[in-house]
Amino acid sequence: MSDHAHDIRRYPGARALTVVFFLWLYLPIAVVIAFSFNQNRLVSVWTGFSTEWYAAALANAALMDALKVSLTVAVIATTGATAIALMAAMVLSRAPRKGAYRLSEVVVNLPLMLPEIVVAVAVLILFSQLGLANGMLKLTLAHMAFCTPFAFLPIRARLQGMSRDFEEAAQDLYAPPLTAFRRVTLPLIAPGVFAGAMLAFVMSMDDFITSNMLNSGGTTTLPVYIFALIKRGTTPELNAISTLLILASLVIATIALLASARAMRRDL
Amino acid sequence: MARGKAVEVYNVSKSFGSYQALDGVSFTIRENEFFTLLGPSGCGKTTLLRMIAGFESPSEGAILLNGAEIETLPPHKRRVNTVFQSYALFPHMTLAQNIAFGLENLGWDRKRREARVAEMLELVHMAPFAARRPAQLSGGQRQRIALARALAPEPQVLLLDEPLSALDLKLRQAMRDELRSLQKKTGITFIFVTHDQEEALDMSDRICVLGKGQIQQIGTPSEIYEDPANRFVADFIGETNFIETEVLSVEGGEARVRTPFGIEITARQKGLTGPGPATLSLRPEKIGMETQADGHVLQGTVSGRNYMGGYTHYTVDVAGQSLRVSRRNARSHADSYEPGQPVTLGFREDSARVLAR
Amino acid sequence: MKALRTFRFWGLAPAWLLMGLTLIIPIGIVAGVSLGDRGPYGGFDWALNFTSYREILFTMGWTDELEFDPKYLMIIGRTLAYGLATTAICMALSVPVAYVIANAREGWKPVLVYLVTLPFWVSMIVRVYAWLIILGNEGLAEKTWKFFGGGDVDTFLFTPGAMLVGMVYSYIPLMVLPVYAAIEKLDPALLEASHDLYGNRWTTLRRVILPLTWPGLSAGAILVFVPAIGTVLEPMLLGGGKQMMMGTLIQTQFGGGRNWPFGAAVAMVLMALVVIVLILNARRAAGAAKEAAA
Repeated sequence: MSDHAHDIRRYPGARALTVVFFLWLYLPIAVVIAFSFNQNRLVSVWTGFSTEWYAAALANAALMDALKVSLTVAVIATTGATAIALMAAMVLSRAPRKGAYRLSEVVVNLPLMLPEIVVAVAVLILFSQLGLANGMLKLTLAHMAFCTPFAFLPIRARLQGMSRDFEEAAQDLYAPPLTAFRRVTLPLIAPGVFAGAMLAFVMSMDDFITSNMLNSGGTTTLPVYIFALIKRGTTPELNAISTLLILASLVIATIALLASARAMRRDL
Repeated sequence: MARGKAVEVYNVSKSFGSYQALDGVSFTIRENEFFTLLGPSGCGKTTLLRMIAGFESPSEGAILLNGAEIETLPPHKRRVNTVFQSYALFPHMTLAQNIAFGLENLGWDRKRREARVAEMLELVHMAPFAARRPAQLSGGQRQRIALARALAPEPQVLLLDEPLSALDLKLRQAMRDELRSLQKKTGITFIFVTHDQEEALDMSDRICVLGKGQIQQIGTPSEIYEDPANRFVADFIGETNFIETEVLSVEGGEARVRTPFGIEITARQKGLTGPGPATLSLRPEKIGMETQADGHVLQGTVSGRNYMGGYTHYTVDVAGQSLRVSRRNARSHADSYEPGQPVTLGFREDSARVLAR
Repeated sequence: MKALRTFRFWGLAPAWLLMGLTLIIPIGIVAGVSLGDRGPYGGFDWALNFTSYREILFTMGWTDELEFDPKYLMIIGRTLAYGLATTAICMALSVPVAYVIANAREGWKPVLVYLVTLPFWVSMIVRVYAWLIILGNEGLAEKTWKFFGGGDVDTFLFTPGAMLVGMVYSYIPLMVLPVYAAIEKLDPALLEASHDLYGNRWTTLRRVILPLTWPGLSAGAILVFVPAIGTVLEPMLLGGGKQMMMGTLIQTQFGGGRNWPFGAAVAMVLMALVVIVLILNARRAAGAAKEAAA
């Protein structure tokens, strides 16, 4: 008889289901990557290995423009959202959880609680009422808003997990408030700030609903452009673009994860 | 010895919402003194410490540091340093950087800073570890670095918030001696907060016993132990037998009382004005059994025994009262009394104290 | 203390400014627009009537009489049905998966959690597109189906099944993570106690594991349900035109500049649904907290 016969923690079938689950989770990603190397113009018919679609993708000027728009918006929105989230988190992790502070916490997290399509519509109407013509500004402001809670939550969690003793010790050792923040608080919450910024960046790069709603000439983001391509039909070039995006996401996710794991080891 | 006043606390009260943490507390701490705030948890001792450090402000009253009012000074402008209970060593800095942190903020130049850091590391026997980070240290080592960091800027007063509570028993004993000798060496006023009476008795020049937000007694360790001001202090410091008695007369510092054992005794008293009910406090180690019996003699029966290694605690029934008696085990496997065995107890009048009920 | 108040005020001011400008005021305007009239060339005119809300339930007949028309009600119903089905499937899948991860060897746990989160970092549109390829004509799904002797199929795309696969795939990490956190916290001694008291595996699952995992499941349900009922990409790409949902309905009203007040009214209904769910959840959480405190 095997050792596991009486292991009360084991449930028959659960492991098998989990294996299937992970296969299912990675199947679509694998399919996209595999077919991006397909020579054939038809996505579903494999005729041989080729990297020509990557060359085609990289030579696609419209794609590069969309990438530039996405990156510009994401970098500005992430910077703004992280700064705003950091300030709010510094206040809210120390303030009593009641009254105006409780309300402020709801407000910061508001984009998470509302369906994105509603927010997108709201922003569209507001900007049309204000007569705001600058497409990039509109897009960046809207992205900054829905990125803020993603930046806020990890920073807030990090601050909550950090003992107040460190800040008090800094003040006790003659550091004025700003010095205490720069030399003690900020380095200690840096992994949270970094994780928050990464999350915000990815959310901005990924966004379709808001970007599509606010789309106007010259502000087509990468997901909106990809959507337009999909509408025209699936092509191996699309697979190549998707694969590049997948790889970018995986690299960012891995960096974020390793950074937070390293920070945890240091603080132990 | 005429020493200056390091810290003066005047009529300080502090309430958190409806909770009264401190209620009209006043005392003075002298320069170079090892002063301990002792009390059970929730007695307000840590609040008091945090007020001196500047992390809390009193609801009422004033605190003076070297004769100057500090109410308006933020923590970073008070020449006071704290050893935190959690040590609060900055995990992203090396030990040397931790120790140098306060010196940098005070604007010491690099050369002076480095010399001081080396000196402090030497003082706490941690010189080889300068480049390590706090995560790589044991509890005792962290404790030493926390001390070095707090002592480095030469504060007027060093505040220690239960610094030994996170250490294991053996280490705690060693650190007590080290703390005491550091205080002597540096000549800095130490204010030490603890709930551990043994620590307080061992290290302090003077102890302030706090209870229920108020000062119960201030005195040297032996004053606190031998002459407790009230029932609270007698009960909190060490172990004692409380015997309900009737005061017959009070004459200055002494009172004549009738005990339930059928004898009358005269003993030192605190807080009594005239005849009435009172409590007699008699420490277990001050009661002799059989051969050591002298002074007043009582007949009783052993009803319980707790063997503690160096000591054995007996419970003895005397005239309907249970008395705790502690006996040193001076010889191996000898002198043991069995439950049910009749014994003779004795105590001297000058070991007993009469306290207001 | 004055410095503290100043610090708190200025720390929160930017967040309020941003959210006020891009969310609170705009949603107020949406509410206003939903009461307005449709503009002659798209857009809208300010007014104060419930025409747009009425349109959700009734259409104007030829002779100006109102006829009850369930076509939009069906879209709302479909949205809720897909939202609930997605949530239910995610719950059912995440318990065994999270349980296995929580009981994996120490070194494996973070790796498996990382693997669950990873697809979530991949762009949503890429993930939906991937299913489009798999489920599309001559795609992997069809080939596998035929390989195992399945009969002729028209297409897997544009079916409720395709929609659900896409939606579950999009949102399941949001369920697995809180459920995992709840199971991770479970003291193994509780399972041992249950078995010690003569409970078998299934009794233990039903009476001990599931009740203690409930906070994680309900948190995950909110995280999945809210975005699921507002989703746009899956119905557009995997559902074709046939599976219109509230998100796509709103989008089309604004996309072509067709009927802003009506789109705004549907948006308000969608928001109301979400707010109701959030309030129910908050009340349940408050009740649970009270119970725990008692």
